[in-house]
Amino acid sequence: MALYSGSQQIPQQRRGLTAIDAITALIIILLVVQIWLLSATLDAFLAGHTETALPGAIVSGLLCAGCFAMYEFVRRVDRDARPNR
Amino acid sequence: MPDGAKTTVKKQEPLWRDEFSISRADERYVSRRQLAKFLTLGSLGMFAGNLWILVKSWMRKAQVYNRSLVAKVGEIPVGGVKLFQYPKPGEQCIMIRTADDSYVAYSQKCTHLSCAVFYSREHDRLECPCHQGYFSVQDGSVLQGPPTRPLPRVVLERSGDALIAIKMEPEV
Repeated sequence: MALYSGSQQIPQQRRGLTAIDAITALIIILLVVQIWLLSATLDAFLAGHTETALPGAIVSGLLCAGCFAMYEFVRRVDRDARPNR
Repeated sequence: MPDGAKTTVKKQEPLWRDEFSISRADERYVSRRQLAKFLTLGSLGMFAGNLWILVKSWMRKAQVYNRSLVAKVGEIPVGGVKLFQYPKPGEQCIMIRTADDSYVAYSQKCTHLSCAVFYSREHDRLECPCHQGYFSVQDGSVLQGPPTRPLPRVVLERSGDALIAIKMEPEV
């Protein structure tokens, strides 16, 4: 859906960039949490604690799904802000 | 050329024209979108890593340990050490006699990057020479340095005048 066009395209594009920057920051935060989760799960696994593997995989899967949802949002913003591309 | 024909040509533009836009405003979008895509694929990679750990933990079987003679009682002096291989050949371990009637044994592989630890009699601790990781002789716990996990302990059993390794804790 194109929200703006013509002379309003530039503010719309700026707003879109801001939204994408914010979403990218959120993706980075989720990714850092996932990196920490992977290292903690691996450390526990190597120490013989296999019971952490399942919760670790579930939480990591949820975070990954969140990242994909946000990436889809980025694509949608991109599509809306640049309808003529 | 009619307008309809122009539209058709535009729709058939190759992907690279979108991904490498000559418009600066568009290029900002493309670079950010590509960064978000890269980060999302990184997230997928982290998830794959977690799944790999999960599969490995499901496939993990209980280790069966053999009984193996390590040393005779009194074979080494108090404060002395003996190196041996357990549970498999090539798995280097270290036994330390800490008192007249007290023996402890651990895997010699540092839990940080697998350097061989040695016993420091002066400081009464196991030391890793690579990154100064120190472990307690009493229980193998980390005293200092980059390792986060204790040394795997070899459980010893005394049978007459023989010291026998019966298993590792935790399993390796």
